Amino acid sequence: MFDFFKLFKRKEKSKEVAHDRLKLVLMQDRLAITPQTMENMKDAIIVAISEFVEIDEQALEFDWEDTDRNKVLVASIPIRSVKRGASQAGGTTKH
Amino acid sequence: MSEAIVITSGKGGVGKTTACANLGVALASMGYKVVLVDADIGLRNLDVVLGLENRIVYDLVDVVEGSCRLRQALIKDKRIDGLFLLPAAQTRDKTAVNPEQMEELIERLKEDHDYVLVDSPAGIEQGFRNAISGTDRALIVTTPEVSAVRDADRIIGMLESLELSDPALIVNRIKPKMVAKGDMMDISDIMDILAISLIGVVPEDEYIVISTNRGEPAALAANNSKAGQAFRNIARRISGEDVPFMDLSDTENWWSKIANFFRAK
Ligand SMILES: Nc1ncnc2c1ncn2[C@@H]1O[C@H](COP(=O)(O)OP(=O)(O)OP(=O)(O)O)[C@@H](O)[C@H]1O
Ligand SMILES: [Mg+2]
Repeated sequence: MFDFFKLFKRKEKSKEVAHDRLKLVLMQDRLAITPQTMENMKDAIIVAISEFVEIDEQALEFDWEDTDRNKVLVASIPIRSVKRGASQAGGTTKH
Repeated sequence: MSEAIVITSGKGGVGKTTACANLGVALASMGYKVVLVDADIGLRNLDVVLGLENRIVYDLVDVVEGSCRLRQALIKDKRIDGLFLLPAAQTRDKTAVNPEQMEELIERLKEDHDYVLVDSPAGIEQGFRNAISGTDRALIVTTPEVSAVRDADRIIGMLESLELSDPALIVNRIKPKMVAKGDMMDISDIMDILAISLIGVVPEDEYIVISTNRGEPAALAANNSKAGQAFRNIARRISGEDVPFMDLSDTENWWSKIANFFRAK
């Protein structure tokens, strides 16, 4: 069957692919962080925050933002509810 | 006031030696007294690119070890007034000199030359550390490829940590036709990723191969190849002149992108 929409689907230029791949690989190089470490970090943050608030893990988002040569970690953490007695919770954990 | 400039890269084979030879020729043609230092010990090449390979008696390691005097090791280029080469040793390796010795050598060369250009080996090992010692600024050469730009970023990071700040980029081997088709990264793609300043863009040019075969750098005044012109422009920028970037493309599109990039800055 003739695919009408194929006519409009633009194939990404190879230089665009190169540019995107470079951005990603440099992010990892500059941070010296592996994708696995990223995952572990995310898990650790979830555990830490969950002590105080109930969060929506599925909707959690982590992103890096560029500021010149620096990276900023931006986390978007939807909160379902604040746990009862959250302000004291920190005191009950072992240090 | 004299200045020592290292020409370096992360990835090998991107055009450091070619750039060093041509910038040396171009700066000397402008009337400066220039010495080119081949710091790629064990893999010397600058001599052949310049066509001076038959005149080597002493080399950099001989000078550092005190086997000869500095003046004895300098080869004067007879084609251009004020151009000298300090060749690398071929039968030794990068451990034959250390950064402190290089620093002292560069200091001495600065005493009676306007520009000291150091041709660095690729990579981030001792050879690179030797090459940057004693230099005042760095030019980083890359080609418009993912691997070369990635490695350039590594070098920029290293230079920052070694306090050789403010390096400038030379993008070599640009193919305007491929750029126009969207099959090669253009200058703005690269600059947007590396975030350093741009000092020159050199097109892919068959004349580089021919001139290297002959040992007659493309920047010699007698020819008007595009690459030779590009290197002459970079030399003028090194000396502080404000030279517009030349139009390498046959398409409006590419040029306007560069123009836009600079307007945005
Ligand atoms: N603009 C150009 N157009 C065509 N060929 C080029 C251009 N620039 C460099 N070359 C060719 O690319 C090859 C590598 O260049 P060159 O030896 O200058 O690289 P290099 O960075 O010094 O390499 P190495 O890391 O081994 O020292 C040479 O054969 C050279 O002639
Ligand atoms: Mg070389």
